[in-house]
Amino acid sequence: MAASSLCHGHLLLFLLVAVASAFLGTAAAHQAGSGEGYTIAGRVKIDGASAKGFGLPAKTSNTKVILNGGQRVTFARPDGYFAFHNVPAGTHLIEVSSIGYFFSPVRVDISARNPGYIQAALTETRRVLNELVLEPLKEEQYYEVREPFSVMSLLKSPMGLMVGFMVLMVFVMPKLMENIVIINAGSTVALQFHSFLQHLKC
Amino acid sequence: MAAPPRRSLFVLLAGLLVFASLATLATAIYEDQVGLADWHQKYIGKVKQAVYHSQKSGRRRVVVLTEENVISSLDLRSGDIFWRHVIDNNDPLHQLSLSHGKYVLTLSSGGTILRAWNLRDGQMIWETNLRTSTASDPQLHVMSNNKVAKDNLVLVSAGRWIYAVSSIDGAISWEKEFSIDGLEIKRILQSPENDVVYALGLAGSSKLALYHLSAKTGEILKDIQESLPGGLCGETVLGSDNVLVALDKARSSLLLIEFMGERISYNKVHVSDLVQDLSGSFKIQSLSNGVISLQTSSSISLLKLKGTDGLEVLQRFDQPAAVSDSLTITEKDEAFAVVQHLGSEIEFIVKFTSDLSSEIIREKVNIDQNRGNVEKVFLNSYIRTDKSHGFRALVVMEDHSLLLIQQGDVVWSREDGLASIVDVTTSELPVEKDGVSVADVEHNLFEWLKGHMLKLKGTLMLANADEVAAIQALRLKSSEKNKMTRDHNGFRKLLVVLTKAGKVMALHTGDGRVIWSNLLPSLRASRFGGMPSALRICQWQVPHHSVMRENPSVLVVGKSGAESSTPGVFSILDSYSGEELNSMKLDHSVVQIIPLTLKDSSEQRLHLIVDSNSNAHLYPKSPDALNVFFHEMSNLYFYSVDIQANVIKGYSLQKSCGLNLGDEYCFSMKELWSIIFPSDSERIAISETRKMNEVVHTQAKIIGDHDVMYKYLSKNLVFVATLSPKAAGDIGSALPEEASLVAYLIDAVTGRILHRVTHHGAQGPVHAVLSENWVVYHYFNLRAHRFEMAVIEIYDESRADNKDVMKLILGKHNLSAPITSYARPEVAVKSQSFFFTHSVNAMAVTQTAKGITSKQLLIGTIGDQVLALDKRYLDPRRSVNPTQQEKEEGIIPLTDSLPIIPQSFVTHSHQVEALRGIVSIPAKLESTTLVFTYGVDLFYTQLAPSRTYDSLTDEFSYALLLITIAVLVGAIIVTWIWSEKKELRDKWR
Repeated sequence: MAASSLCHGHLLLFLLVAVASAFLGTAAAHQAGSGEGYTIAGRVKIDGASAKGFGLPAKTSNTKVILNGGQRVTFARPDGYFAFHNVPAGTHLIEVSSIGYFFSPVRVDISARNPGYIQAALTETRRVLNELVLEPLKEEQYYEVREPFSVMSLLKSPMGLMVGFMVLMVFVMPKLMENIVIINAGSTVALQFHSFLQHLKC
Repeated sequence: MAAPPRRSLFVLLAGLLVFASLATLATAIYEDQVGLADWHQKYIGKVKQAVYHSQKSGRRRVVVLTEENVISSLDLRSGDIFWRHVIDNNDPLHQLSLSHGKYVLTLSSGGTILRAWNLRDGQMIWETNLRTSTASDPQLHVMSNNKVAKDNLVLVSAGRWIYAVSSIDGAISWEKEFSIDGLEIKRILQSPENDVVYALGLAGSSKLALYHLSAKTGEILKDIQESLPGGLCGETVLGSDNVLVALDKARSSLLLIEFMGERISYNKVHVSDLVQDLSGSFKIQSLSNGVISLQTSSSISLLKLKGTDGLEVLQRFDQPAAVSDSLTITEKDEAFAVVQHLGSEIEFIVKFTSDLSSEIIREKVNIDQNRGNVEKVFLNSYIRTDKSHGFRALVVMEDHSLLLIQQGDVVWSREDGLASIVDVTTSELPVEKDGVSVADVEHNLFEWLKGHMLKLKGTLMLANADEVAAIQALRLKSSEKNKMTRDHNGFRKLLVVLTKAGKVMALHTGDGRVIWSNLLPSLRASRFGGMPSALRICQWQVPHHSVMRENPSVLVVGKSGAESSTPGVFSILDSYSGEELNSMKLDHSVVQIIPLTLKDSSEQRLHLIVDSNSNAHLYPKSPDALNVFFHEMSNLYFYSVDIQANVIKGYSLQKSCGLNLGDEYCFSMKELWSIIFPSDSERIAISETRKMNEVVHTQAKIIGDHDVMYKYLSKNLVFVATLSPKAAGDIGSALPEEASLVAYLIDAVTGRILHRVTHHGAQGPVHAVLSENWVVYHYFNLRAHRFEMAVIEIYDESRADNKDVMKLILGKHNLSAPITSYARPEVAVKSQSFFFTHSVNAMAVTQTAKGITSKQLLIGTIGDQVLALDKRYLDPRRSVNPTQQEKEEGIIPLTDSLPIIPQSFVTHSHQVEALRGIVSIPAKLESTTLVFTYGVDLFYTQLAPSRTYDSLTDEFSYALLLITIAVLVGAIIVTWIWSEKKELRDKWR
């Protein structure tokens, strides 16, 4: 049970709801004022410049933000902002699903005693977030990348080895045989061959 | 002296071995291999609302809302999906509308969430949360040409609330809460001048209220209330601009309510006066200009409203038919469509509401009989080249498919029933007959060689863009995988799926095309009965030996109504043709379906059906089956999990059931044991058992120090997880102290609890998979605030001392002692838990033909992807510093979390939206398993958990092999010449 023994760090910074909801226009601000629950507002930030590979545009159009394992799902706006309204105080989990990127789930604590204080931390790296800006930890490459052509890889393949061995036998063995012929002693052939092998090993 | 270097060599070798084994953990594909062995199909589900783009925009698109909670934009020319969003089921969509010609507005979650999407690309523009009491029938009204405010207002009503929201940015312009208790706003109307909004609401069952609101501020200008005697059932339509037509409480008469005057006046009309043979319920639908359609179970009538004086029947359609909403063509003309069945054809009729006697279009369209009746019609018009109006319509059929009909033809169709698969089984394809040529593809040796040269270039990264495209085309063209015959490796199969609509479809594993489909008559909604529901599909007959000539068949089990006590229905279909061989209505209900491993002489599988009176019925009902069954009856045990009562019970069978002694195929159940969980502290969350067809290759596991561990392999092992009542809710609702998960391993024959473990601070949802001697389950750890996956492996201790070779030789072992489920097993349990990053939707394990290949867990993540995770990562014997022997064995050093390697997503860059199920089907080739995943989308692929060790892959380069052989032959010739020359030289010397 190695996993369960890890406890969470206490060093969490505070994030004002009001600051976050200022981005969200009047609708969200209106909600944040009501006493029913709190608003978790944040932003998904995917670096557009680094978008590459398998023709997936770095758009936020299919980026889903998931609260508490599917209790509520919302979508990121074109600018990446998202918000959950009427969330009760407690500890929550936010996950981001966007194909091509790996996001760490985020632990979000809404304090019941200090209304309006929200603490957030990545659960994967346990990094504390000053503001709820969710960035992918890494890009996901779903395909194996083909190695560029190189002579070595060709030689290393079973067929390359076969050819290599053949070439060795064709060009080195006759040289060896020549030596044997010069010495012209049948019993030393084995010895010579043995010493050749020894030579190869070193 | 010699020892240390040898040791280092040994270490090196072991290291290499570990490296080699680790390298096989991720099995990924190259990008150019996409689509070779896998296919992905996108669906949307049964359409319930459709809105066309306006004529002016020039784009031929339609936005639809479906019962699978999908919003999507479709191409009207081809039916392709432009964009699509699958909304979570917690957030049901109610209304769909277009605004400004560039936004799609959706209202969901009982009128509390209003979203605007970009019409062009589906990007969400804004989302507004409305604070209302959630209503069952919220309304969305987009104000047309609003001169009052600069930006178009959208009016949303839910319950007592009415909101005006700007469609530009989602800002709330004004809101109004009406003071009457239980008021529900039914209709929002605009005055012709656009400065007054009328809100019509019902309070309770009898009070009608009309409010005149200022469109600018929401201020109440006037309100009128009226009590209606007899009460209303809540269903209303707007007959004309000033008359509301409402159904009364008894659903037998219509109230015509005139509301635009100073007072509300009304008149009552009995439906039986309008339609003679009224039986069952009926629906009313408003067309415009005072025309109303009345749909009963057997006919559709078009009624004309004569003020509040009464209604007049204008036309009646006695065939199954559907009526579209009205569509504005010109200032005064509104058209609507009626689609009715005429034998094997459907008739598409378009009329103007102003003149019901004439028809603009009457076209006959041929459609597939397996689609059932027309359920919905959405009419659209277009302008022909000669400036006249042409009409086309989207038609939703009974099997949930969507068709576009235009000019007497079906332009395209979508099989959207596949978005709601209930159950899946597989069937083999027919054996290849003699005389059918196998090598049609390789017609020409030169072509074949050219193809392989291209492939070689591709593998060596020497190919240019054109050649890469040629390679891809070559690969996809290979018709080998799409043949309709059985193949040697068992890759080609039929996936027989049962959909919610009661349609059975067979998909070819090669490319996912539909081979046959059959809308089962027994599962179709009858005109007078309830809604039948499809439950399960099982293999009925898999011919092997004696009846080799016969086609295999599948059994579809359903029930004829919504309640659990309604009688069941059986249907047996031929797997090759989809023909219904037999269909029967059962005289009992279906609660549990137990396929047995037994077969009768015609190789029909025996099935036990448990009904709600706790009797078990044996099928097929033949004396032969009964004989086979009697033979095994004393060894038959089964269990049932009752989540409501929080109890698990084990049963055996007794001859003769209580009610009718004459029925010898009916057996009564004898309760043997029961485990009752304390409801205040534990609620059953999940129960899981081994797959019936799972094959286990070896009973023993040889560990690093040449010790043997015997797996506890019992088919009767049941895993049950219970949660404390608080932990069953969503994350964030419980504190770690009040949440706990208890995992049980139970023997289903004796009811003995073999193992029990409590996870404190753990919360649901729980997903589990049980295979061989282990169970893996996924839950949320509240203390660490991360998801966790735990593994329990169970070993048989009673055979643990069978390690002595001498004993084995001398016969002093207990391996041959019979294993019985009655005896108390001595088991040892190993367990471990690991962090896992994502939430999980579904979990399964790979199945192979002989069970030799190592296993992978197939995990459907929250992002609707499927991750293949090697079981070795979930080994309870993993430790931080594995010993040398353990490393050799392939034990991976312990890490606190399970790795997510992007290359091991079997769905690669696809998403299986709303992923619900993962099925693994063994192929004949041991190394390979076929994986089929379904949700709103379908995805199929082949997976080799330990790489394809028993066959050459498609990647294998024949050209390279040929070149090698050529080089070798050349070298032999060269050496031969050399040796000849040399010999000659030597002889001269």
